Amino acid sequence: MTSLFEYAPAPESRSIVDIRPSYGLFVDGEFVDGTGTPLKTVNPATEEVLSEVATGSEEDVDRAVRAARRAFVKTWGPMRPADRGKYLFRIARLLQERAREFAVLETLDNGKPIRESRDVDVPLAAAHFFYHAGWADKLEHAGLGPAPCPLGVAGQVIPWNFPLLMLAWKVAPALATGNTVVLKPAETTPLTALLFAEICQQADLPPGVVNIVTGAGETGRAVISHPDVDKVAFTGSTEVGRSIARAVAGTEKRLTLELGGKAANIVFDDAPIDQAVEGIVRGIFFNQGHVCCAGSRLLVQESVHDEVVASLQRRIGTLRVGDPMDKNTDLGAINSAEQLARIRELTAFGETEGATCWQPDGDLPDRGFWFKPTVFTDVSPAHRIARDEVFGPVLSVMTFRTPDEAVAKANNTTYGLSAGIWSEKGSRILKVTDQLRAGVVWANTFNEFDPTSPFGGYKQSGYGREGGRQGLAAYLRSDS
Amino acid sequence: MSDRLTVRKTYKLYLGGAFPRSESGRTYEVHDTRGHFLANAAWASRKDGRDAVVAARAAFGKWSGATAYNRGQVLYRVAEVMEGRAAQFTEEVAAGEGLSTAKARAAVDAAIDRWVWYAGWTDKLAAVLGSTNPVAGPYFGFSVPEPTGVVAVLAPQRSSLLGLVSVLAPVLAAGNTAVVVSSKERPLPAITLGEVLATSDVPGGVVNLLTGDAAEIGPWLAEHADVDAIDLAGAPAPLAMELERSAAGTIKRVLRAATDEPDWTADPGLSRLRPFLETKSVWHPIGV
Repeated sequence: MTSLFEYAPAPESRSIVDIRPSYGLFVDGEFVDGTGTPLKTVNPATEEVLSEVATGSEEDVDRAVRAARRAFVKTWGPMRPADRGKYLFRIARLLQERAREFAVLETLDNGKPIRESRDVDVPLAAAHFFYHAGWADKLEHAGLGPAPCPLGVAGQVIPWNFPLLMLAWKVAPALATGNTVVLKPAETTPLTALLFAEICQQADLPPGVVNIVTGAGETGRAVISHPDVDKVAFTGSTEVGRSIARAVAGTEKRLTLELGGKAANIVFDDAPIDQAVEGIVRGIFFNQGHVCCAGSRLLVQESVHDEVVASLQRRIGTLRVGDPMDKNTDLGAINSAEQLARIRELTAFGETEGATCWQPDGDLPDRGFWFKPTVFTDVSPAHRIARDEVFGPVLSVMTFRTPDEAVAKANNTTYGLSAGIWSEKGSRILKVTDQLRAGVVWANTFNEFDPTSPFGGYKQSGYGREGGRQGLAAYLRSDS
Repeated sequence: MSDRLTVRKTYKLYLGGAFPRSESGRTYEVHDTRGHFLANAAWASRKDGRDAVVAARAAFGKWSGATAYNRGQVLYRVAEVMEGRAAQFTEEVAAGEGLSTAKARAAVDAAIDRWVWYAGWTDKLAAVLGSTNPVAGPYFGFSVPEPTGVVAVLAPQRSSLLGLVSVLAPVLAAGNTAVVVSSKERPLPAITLGEVLATSDVPGGVVNLLTGDAAEIGPWLAEHADVDAIDLAGAPAPLAMELERSAAGTIKRVLRAATDEPDWTADPGLSRLRPFLETKSVWHPIGV
């Protein structure tokens, strides 16, 4: 890609990770063979097969759930809360100690830039364990009554966009509240979860407290529909979320869902434009746009539209797309061929429906799955690129004239996960924030996460929260 | 005993602040527990349900946008007006539920007290369920509870007033608007409650009360794309499962029914407020 600046390659070494040729399932504290047909996990930047990973069958899932139940009844449930906390502190520290290893492995398996896995995914995952470790012996202060109880066995299914971080968001609160876990990682990104299994062993976590069953959709279905699972937590697409809610209907299982989004990023005419442009880029191109809360709908006040779009295109021209292992890379690889096909399909709709497509000049690598950062202007709210979640580096730009119109357009979606506001006026920020129907609102920033800040959706972006005191409610039976 | 012939009440729906008959023109007979005729109730249809959702959605912005203090005052006013209607409620509860006058009066008193209890919650929810979030960065982070939106409520079948109030008041205290399907066999206190709401500064459309069969209207509400949540309190088990499955299509928040109708006199805590509240987390910049 032509750029204002040429950089020498600065690749991170992959020698720090030792990827085994094959992996089993992690059940009851040890690696065991799966009885399903193993799947191959691929580096999406090179299409190189990284490893062969077991697929958990219904029977494997049953073994994992039974191990989790035993651990819940015999060790983890009865354990002193302070000791549960200490195990979680150990895990947090082990993640920090082996951070580089996790970052490299995440980037190889997922395709995200090493800069992001190193500076965001892994540190935040450790922070989530550290935060929740402290809660383990303070649950009587969680606002759920003097003696809230764990639910039992949690079945958790996580996506491929932040494999380790989503594991942390699921496992840390479940364990801190005294539950045990059967976790199903995404089929295209299982490796950091399996490395996490080694961390559990190094921490001497009692067997069965964390069980990791790899596989695809069938394995996930087996986890969520197992009759001895008390709690289901899912992060992924709204479509799969619906089928899970249907499957759980009529049972005693508790359910939380963190689903898709189509976030509005609203730029008012008084916004600091350069800062807003950085935030727009961060909002939609962070993690190749594989972010449920991505700021994929840019709403710009009409009077600054041309200035913002010109500045945005200039900035996108300097983004480096390519080798995720290069420390200068801004956009890595699309996670899979399937996802690339979906992004291509939706962007093709954008052009046929009459929006104007812009991409920077430059070449993409020959092998692997790639998509250029893309900006659509002349977008109407009825266009599919303004309504459907693309889950890729594709931004749709629309305009507004008044704050009321901005709010109406921002809320004109079935989703409600996140939103952004850019303005120098604090009172306007708070007024618009109040009117937006979204679970997270970022003002003059975007895509910030913190374990103390509850995260989750309104409307069809799901229900339940992860993080903060509010997030604990998903894993506890309130006695009040 | 006076020989004056009493003026009987026509029981209609309470919808969008007005008292229409069912658009279907249907009514059904309501009897006391001994089988004596009490009244004809409007038999609400699917279309009445849809009209009620439209009214509830239209009322949501104003009701959810009112200050918590104002919502608390309006809800407290409801309790005041209920108190004045206590004799009528008592008569309806006694006849419909087969209770002695004293027991019916106790249920009415509990319902009024429950309403007062929820009226006092409106301006405490943010303090109890919200937070400031000490995020690791230059932001003032805070989380606030906000109403979910339009809530469909299938009211309990047995407890016709205390049960109804116990499921409706929390939905309103949290700032939501409601579409309620009353007890099928015991619908009369619901319509009298509608008359109370209509004279209590509760804006029209905030509460819409339909008398009729939850099994008929419930499925339409469960799949309606403009209903955000559903309380299944009055749905029997097989229907409840069907409605929960149907609600999954639009990712509705579902409050499941207990296996048997609970003791409505028990302290509900936050159990009926939490399900109809969302949490919004805000990151506000800090800088000079």
